[in-house]
Formats: sequence, structure tokens, C-alpha cells
Amino acid sequence: MDPETPEHLLKTKRGEPVTMLEAISEALFEEMIRDESVFLMGEDIGVYGGAFKVTRDFLSFFGENRVIDTPIAEGGFTGAAAGAAHMGLRPVVEIQFMDFISPAYDVITNYIATSNYRGAGPQPLVIRGPVGGGNRGGPFHSQNVEMAFFHTPGLKIVYPSTARDAKGLLKASIRDDNPVIFEEHKGLYRAPSLREVLPDDDYVVPLGEARIVREGTDITIVTYGSMVHKSVEAAETMETEDGVSVEIVDLRTLLPLDEDAIVESVKKTNKLLVVHEDTRTGGIAGEIAIRVSEKAFEWLDGPILRVTAIDAPVPYSGSLEDYFLPQTDDVLKAARYLAAY
Amino acid sequence: MSEPTLGLERAGLQDLYRSLCLTRAAEERLELLQKQGHVTGGLYRSLGQEAGAVGAAYALRRRTDGTGDMLCHTIRAAGALFLFGGELIDYFRQYMAKGTSPTRGREANVHWFDFQKGFVGPVSPLGTMIEIMAGMTLSFRVRGEDRIGIVFYGDGASSTGAWHEGLNFAAVQRCPMILIVENNQWAFSTPTSKNTRVSSFTEKGPGYGIDTEAVDGTDVLAVFDAVRRAALQVRSGGGTHMIELNYFRRKGHAQHDPQDYVDPVVIRAWEKKDPLDLYRSRLLHNEWASEEELMVIEEQTFEECRVAAEAAIAEPYPEGSEAVLGVYTDVAMPHPWTRSNSPDPTLA
Repeated sequence: MDPETPEHLLKTKRGEPVTMLEAISEALFEEMIRDESVFLMGEDIGVYGGAFKVTRDFLSFFGENRVIDTPIAEGGFTGAAAGAAHMGLRPVVEIQFMDFISPAYDVITNYIATSNYRGAGPQPLVIRGPVGGGNRGGPFHSQNVEMAFFHTPGLKIVYPSTARDAKGLLKASIRDDNPVIFEEHKGLYRAPSLREVLPDDDYVVPLGEARIVREGTDITIVTYGSMVHKSVEAAETMETEDGVSVEIVDLRTLLPLDEDAIVESVKKTNKLLVVHEDTRTGGIAGEIAIRVSEKAFEWLDGPILRVTAIDAPVPYSGSLEDYFLPQTDDVLKAARYLAAY
Repeated sequence: MSEPTLGLERAGLQDLYRSLCLTRAAEERLELLQKQGHVTGGLYRSLGQEAGAVGAAYALRRRTDGTGDMLCHTIRAAGALFLFGGELIDYFRQYMAKGTSPTRGREANVHWFDFQKGFVGPVSPLGTMIEIMAGMTLSFRVRGEDRIGIVFYGDGASSTGAWHEGLNFAAVQRCPMILIVENNQWAFSTPTSKNTRVSSFTEKGPGYGIDTEAVDGTDVLAVFDAVRRAALQVRSGGGTHMIELNYFRRKGHAQHDPQDYVDPVVIRAWEKKDPLDLYRSRLLHNEWASEEELMVIEEQTFEECRVAAEAAIAEPYPEGSEAVLGVYTDVAMPHPWTRSNSPDPTLA
């Protein structure tokens, strides 16, 4: 007899709101039902259900050939995922905290990302896991890793900000024939404000397409992940207190970058602020600024500015981490400076 | 009295010699091509190691429909690549970086792939390939396919983290794979004693809970026998296995390496253990082949290499602009805006 679908994975089917974490679980579960070649590997994802319980009850439902608890060796099991992908499987690898992806950097950048180009065929695999600060996780449980991989052609990088996008983007990532690094902000996982009722059909959100979160005419904020929500807060304050209209572009996919969406918005508002939780030097703001310089220099009525974390390891103590991370007030001050420019 | 033939018929015994000759003839042809300026990049010889690759690959199931065993060869295991169906002309095209090569000029030498024939080319950090083969053979196990994998790597790669992580994963998951450590005593200029404290790589096996065996890598029949026995064990659910091939790298790391860190007396001593000479004597001594038959094999393999190399020379290099193709399966990379007829960054 087939095991029954765990109750907690049927919320969308029942029309109930889900958190971003539940949306991710549903995406994984539904993709594993839809396609037998999809399987999971990672540390503590089976018996324990994952450090954040994303794969709770998956092992009993799918069995240990499709939900594989691995040795603590991110390089080893990510490499094994690549081998399995060559043989027609579609692995989804969980990195328990994305800070620990570094041992897999070699196989991701030298092997996986180059595979299709080298003629070894596509690498349909997803490497997903929690990122981001604000949870007092300290230097090794808080990092954003996108820019360690942004410079590697052949990879796609996805970073959702809502439950709806997380589910649709993860499904699209699993179905994509290219390797995808999928970042899940742990501060958004169970955020009550992000709970929403999702469509109960099999929707996907295409990779490579930004989303206009909020239309505006005076300033563009390009952002992603947790900073989408802080930017929206700042924009609402600007609207009511300053009468300034802020457009917010949520990148959703960082690589490939939706340059058209950015340029189009800048041509409308003529001012650009980039906001990211990742650290400053070598952050994505630099790449966005040069693209806008190339494509829309004549449209700019002010300097391109950025609000980011400071260039430091992620500190542990609350007072330090709050100072380290970009806050709504930082976004507000930068946007006001730009509006007045 | 004749030696045991390990179940091989006369034709099979001669096949092995043919593969040995082909490997050596191909590499000697490459040396000539390099002198003529046709080889792009480095050239790596396997002189003295040919029997390891040939004996091992001959013991496996080689098919062309994607149901056979899976090989990951190295630069010094071209004989295995040929036995698994790698075409001689593709070998030369790869070394010459031709647009007609299997990787369309994107990758070098033996770094190419054919999953139907069952071989996956290595990447240069060879330890990675243990991880890759672990995943390939994991897929065989979870799908219940009657296939195994074999992965070659050097004594140097045994020091990498990827080697450890891949092997440990494979051992725990009971992946049906055989690791072949080509202990040619040198990792570029670094001797094995500076890569490990153990005197034999077989000592590492118990640390991973796997069976190991060391074999004389200059003896093609001994290698064939060891891999055949290991394959039986692995195929019947015995998990991961490791075999150490002991021999000597009689040339430099690549042709540009004069190998002046090696005592010439040692090299001369190993010349007496040449795998082709040794096996040729046995074929004659045991009357598994006649002198005439061997000479035909030698002439044929020489000629095959000459013809394939000549054909590859005539073929074109890739167009430079093809460099943007194939980064993704579905996303086009832009050409540099400065290369367009009317350069304008806003139009790129």
C-alpha cells in the first residue's frame, strides 16, 4: 500500500495559506511525485527531515533511494549529484546552511558549471539551502553566497522573496536543464507576514524574469530576497511622508540577470538605488551599475547608489548584526538622498 | 608449459596486445604531430603504463547502447578509452583542438564523453572524478541496473579532499564502482612519498571499509585478472573496491617536463619492465600468437594512427565566435559589443 501524503504538505490543496518554507516543501514534494527521476541528497534530510524541516516526512513517503542522508561532505555529495545527473536523474541537493557550500565550490565551478560547454551534457540539478542573516547565527550560519557563484558562467542563481515565487521558482529550477543554486532566506522561511494562499495548480515562475513588486515613477529600487520587504516598507513611508513614488524591482533570478527589467525601470524613473543584504564589495550592485551605465547612461538624473551589508564577516551579537545588516532606515535615507538629488 | 589464459581465447589474448600497440602508436604519433606544430597545448605520455588501462578496461562490459559499464579514464589511460569505443580520430582531433572534435575545441585531449559507449572524460582536478563516478554508480544501484563503474586517477589525486569525500560517499552508499589508482610514483615532480605516508595505497582501503588489491601494472594479464575478479564482486553487490596499479612514469609529467628530478638509472631499470615487450614475449613463448601475427598487429595499429592523424590534420579549427555557444542549454551569451560592425554598447 502506498503511504499517504503527509497532512502538512496538503495545505495548498486545502486552500490554506502557507509559509515560504511550506511552499518550498510543497514544491519539492510535488516535483518528486511528478517526476521519478527527481531525488534528494543532503545532511540530516531523511530521518530528521532537514535542519529546518523542509523535507519532514519525505523519507517515509519516498524511501531511502530518493531521500538520501549523506556523510558530512558537501563536495562529495554535490559531486555525486553531478554524476547522477549525467545518468538521467535530477538531483536536488540540500546544503544544510549555504555557508557550508564552500567545500563544493570546486566541483560546482570546475565541473558542474562547465559540463554543458565542455560537451559533457547538461547538468539538471539544484543546490538549495538556507542563507541570510538576522537570526543571530554568527559567521557560519548567516552568509549569502550568491556572489561566490555569480562570476561562474553556466550556473543559474535564484533567490525568492515570497512563498508564491519560492514554490514556482523551485519547480522551474528542478525542471531546468542547467545547474541552479537556489537560496532560501531563513528569516523569510516562517515569517508570518509572508503566509499566503497559493494557486493550487501546477504553476511555475520562469527563471530569469524579475518582478515589479510596486510600480513607481521617481526612483527605482532593484533588490531581492529579504531586502524586498525592507524596501517596500521604505517605499511606503516615502509615499506617505514625502510624496515620492518608488518602483521596486525584485530580481528573483540573479543569474542570468534580467537586465531588460532593470533598464526599463531606470528609463522610467531616471534614478537607481540597489539594495542587497550581501556585503558591499563585489556585491551585485556593482554589476547592475555597470549595466545601467552601458545601456541607460543618458537616462540617469543622479548617481547610482547602493545600500548593503558592511564588508565584514556576519557578527553574532544582536547589536553587531543589526548594525552589520542593511535596515529599512538605511534604505529610506538613501532613497531620500536620491529623491532630493 | 603454457601459462593460464584466464579464460581468454587466442583472439582475446591478441586483442590485448593490439590495444597496447594502439595506445603506444597513438602517443608516438602525437609526438610527431607535436613536432610538426599540430598539437595544441600539452602532450602527456603513458609510456610504461599502457597495460594498466588496457587490462582493466578489457575486463569490463563494453557496450554502445548505454547499458554497459561506465569508465572514467585519465590522460595516461587512453587504452581504456579506445577499448570503450573512443575513436582514434577523435583522440587526434581533441589533441589538435579541431572544431570537429567531440568537444568542438572546448576541451583538451582525452577530456571527452560518450554516455552511450560508457565513458566520461576527466576534468583536470582528478579527485573530482571519484565523486562523479560515485554518483553515476549510485544511479545504477538505486535503479537496480546491472552496471558498474571504474574510475582511474593518479597517486597525486589520492591526496585531495574530493578523493576522500567521493570514496567515503561511495563506500557508505555501497556504490558499485572500482577505483584504480595509477601509482606511477610521480605526481608531476612530487614523489609518492611526499603525497602519502603509507607504503601502498591498499593500506587506505580499510579506513573506508572497502577491499583493495595491489597489482603489477606492467602485467596486462595480472591487471585483467584483478579487475575481472573485482568486477564480479562489485557486480554482485559487494560495494566499492580499490585496485592499485604499480608501475613507473617513464616520461615527464608532460613533454615539456625534462624529468631531471628522476635518477636516469631508475628509468633505465624500468625500461626492462616495458609492458609491451613483456607481453609480446609471453604471447610468443606460450604460442598465443606467432611472430607474423604480432607484426601484422604492429603494422596495422601504426597505420591506423597515421591515417587517423592525417585525416584530423585536414579538418578545420572552430570559428572563434563559437566561444559564446553552449554555456547554457537555453540562454544565449552575447557577443562582445566591440566586435559588432557598428560598435555601440547600448545595442549589445
